[in-house]
Amino acid sequence: MSLLSDPRWGEALTHLSDYLGNHVRVSVTALALGLVVSLPLAIAARKARFLRGILLGIASIVQTVPGLALLALFYPLLLMLGSVTLNWFGFSFSAFGFLPAVLALALYSMLPVLRNTITGLNGVDPALLEAAQGVGMTPRQSLFTIELPLALPVIMAGIRTSAVWVIGTATLSTPIGQTSLGNYIFAGLQTQNWVFVLFGCIAAAVLALAVDQLLALIENGLRNRSSLRTALGGLGIAALIAATLVPTLARGPSSYIVGAKTFTEQYVLSALIAERLRAAGSSASSREGLGSSVIFDALAANDIDVYVDYSGTLWLNQFHRSDMPPREQLLDELKTILAKQNITLFGELGFANAYALVMPRKRAETLGIRSIADLASHTSTLSIAGDYEFFSRPEWAGLRKAYGLSFRAQRTMQPDFMYAAVASGEVDVIAGYTSDGLIAKYDLVVLDDPRHAIPPYDAIVLLSPRRADDRTLQAAMTPLLGRVDIADMRAANLRASGNDATSSPDAVARWLWDKIGKR
Amino acid sequence: MPHAPLIAYANVGKTFAGRADERVVAVDDVSLEVGQGEFLAIVGGSGSGKTTLLRLANRLIEADRGTIRVEDEDVRGLDPVQLRRRIGYVFQSGALFPHISVAGNIGMTPKLLGWPAADIAARVDELLDLVQLDRKQHRDRLPQELSGGQRQRVGVARALAAKPRIVLMDEPFGALDPLTRDALGDDYRALHGKLGLTTVMITHDMTEALLLADRVAVMRAGKLLALGTPAELTRSNDAYVTELLRTPRRQAERLNTLLPRGAA
Repeated sequence: MSLLSDPRWGEALTHLSDYLGNHVRVSVTALALGLVVSLPLAIAARKARFLRGILLGIASIVQTVPGLALLALFYPLLLMLGSVTLNWFGFSFSAFGFLPAVLALALYSMLPVLRNTITGLNGVDPALLEAAQGVGMTPRQSLFTIELPLALPVIMAGIRTSAVWVIGTATLSTPIGQTSLGNYIFAGLQTQNWVFVLFGCIAAAVLALAVDQLLALIENGLRNRSSLRTALGGLGIAALIAATLVPTLARGPSSYIVGAKTFTEQYVLSALIAERLRAAGSSASSREGLGSSVIFDALAANDIDVYVDYSGTLWLNQFHRSDMPPREQLLDELKTILAKQNITLFGELGFANAYALVMPRKRAETLGIRSIADLASHTSTLSIAGDYEFFSRPEWAGLRKAYGLSFRAQRTMQPDFMYAAVASGEVDVIAGYTSDGLIAKYDLVVLDDPRHAIPPYDAIVLLSPRRADDRTLQAAMTPLLGRVDIADMRAANLRASGNDATSSPDAVARWLWDKIGKR
Repeated sequence: MPHAPLIAYANVGKTFAGRADERVVAVDDVSLEVGQGEFLAIVGGSGSGKTTLLRLANRLIEADRGTIRVEDEDVRGLDPVQLRRRIGYVFQSGALFPHISVAGNIGMTPKLLGWPAADIAARVDELLDLVQLDRKQHRDRLPQELSGGQRQRVGVARALAAKPRIVLMDEPFGALDPLTRDALGDDYRALHGKLGLTTVMITHDMTEALLLADRVAVMRAGKLLALGTPAELTRSNDAYVTELLRTPRRQAERLNTLLPRGAA
């Protein structure tokens, strides 16, 4: 099938107003905040060498922090701040999505504006400053009538640079719960949907170019004292913002928000839940690509309404339990603990997605490895790969302790590339997921865990405190409980990891529902 | 007191911090009075302190020692911004605001003083006539569209806009070609008389000073070496003053031989 006639373009287009709208809102707000802070700072610092050095130093350091890390840092920071304000002033705020994204991006936008404003102002001919003083201007009048207008081209160049940066970096706000054009990129990357990745990149680039050109028009108008051009540019920016606000205002507040973590199965399941809600006549949107602890906190804070988690993940990571009760008992206890936070464990989907050590079947047979216990004696010559979280998760510590594992090398990989890597022999063992369809595809084998170092990972549906007694949501979720077995999930995950028209999460969700809905 | 000095420096000194611990004495114990209606030229080389002396009058630079009185008021007791608005100042090579039209540049001080827009517009036209620039042709232009001479005419108009009694000029014609410079100098001298101005002009060109000014002050290394009419200066014993006068004198003699009267 040719790239252009691929139906996924059409599917991508259906998300555009949501993603683009959110992207513009978060970028424009961040840019505005950045300007409001950095312009006065630059003006104040332009003549104070010491202050100027400190400011530019801090802004440069911020700039060297990778965008994704900066965004990720603001989440726990705001979470902490939120609990402080709750304790002291009796209110809290959402540390999820918009706020951390705006703050991080605003900080990110500051360097070009600071630097160019200071450079621009200090570049004004001293003879003109004397002239301004000489004709009887106060320092303030000199600043506004002479210095700022003359520095304007340089300042605007800085604003344009930071606008392009912010719009580009805003694609990274998806993992902290801010919908953006990055949703295309993250979802596309996780589900190997290159059409989505391409679409997201193009959309972000077009947006950045459009904003840059509109700002150039404003600059040009200001410089040539053409109110027409200034007005046209301003109107363009205003229209862009207005256009992205309209669909949101029309959507209304009653819609459900479904969360998804960063891997394929989560995209499929959130698409399935969203589709069930829509089938029941509600509206639903997704917040995808969220980190494990971000998504749980977001649910507890009612920022999302429903998502699928795994019992063992919560047990170890969220509640830091080291005991390992049998499956049923763990679920019961988990339900009680969650209820204390007003979170409802609504039920199990029917399959488990545990971390498991996985290696090629032939290799395992040659080496005579059937379980992790067998593996232990070989690890000094073997390398292991895991996803972004695995090596910092307690499961890994548990495994190493229980079996005395000590690998020659360990690597972190994007989950979907891991399987291909182990199949090709690039790494020897991977920490895969039991429900992954690629295990069968690449003829891999899941190693037994005779010492039960890895807890059970039943997929469970969690409801936010606000939705605890929501009949519509419960009615939509009930038909899913106990219906998704491991074979279905593996098949669904395998489909979703393909790269064709039937592999988008929405399409796979429909396929999965066709299979399980009839039972 | 009909001949009260409009500007009076008394034992004025100014020292700048130079590189490292070096202190640069820019103006050293200068006393000088400029009478009403007088055209005074201050002549000196670069670093002689002539620009500093000029700027002390409208507090672009603050004096360390001595007192400066403008229109019989100690400048230290005046708001510097208000003081500058009532003294015209013509800068070296114009220093017009490049992003503001000719009319905007000329009307700047009246605007800062809060004149009504109609009054400013009328005043701008009046001044364009006065400095011999065509109203229609120049009013809405940007400074960069003008020739050097035209720009300095706008600079003079800007200094005169708020009807000051005093005009300070910082090497106003230095960057112009000789013909333009000559014409502009004569035109300004005429305005000075017509409007009853009191003018202090600094220049490094003794010829220009002798031709335009009523009295000439000679500065060197921050000190006032000599002060007087051209005729008085010729009687000075100071070697530097004599040296400064030699050039115009020699030029005049040579021109006299080259261009004998009636031959041109």
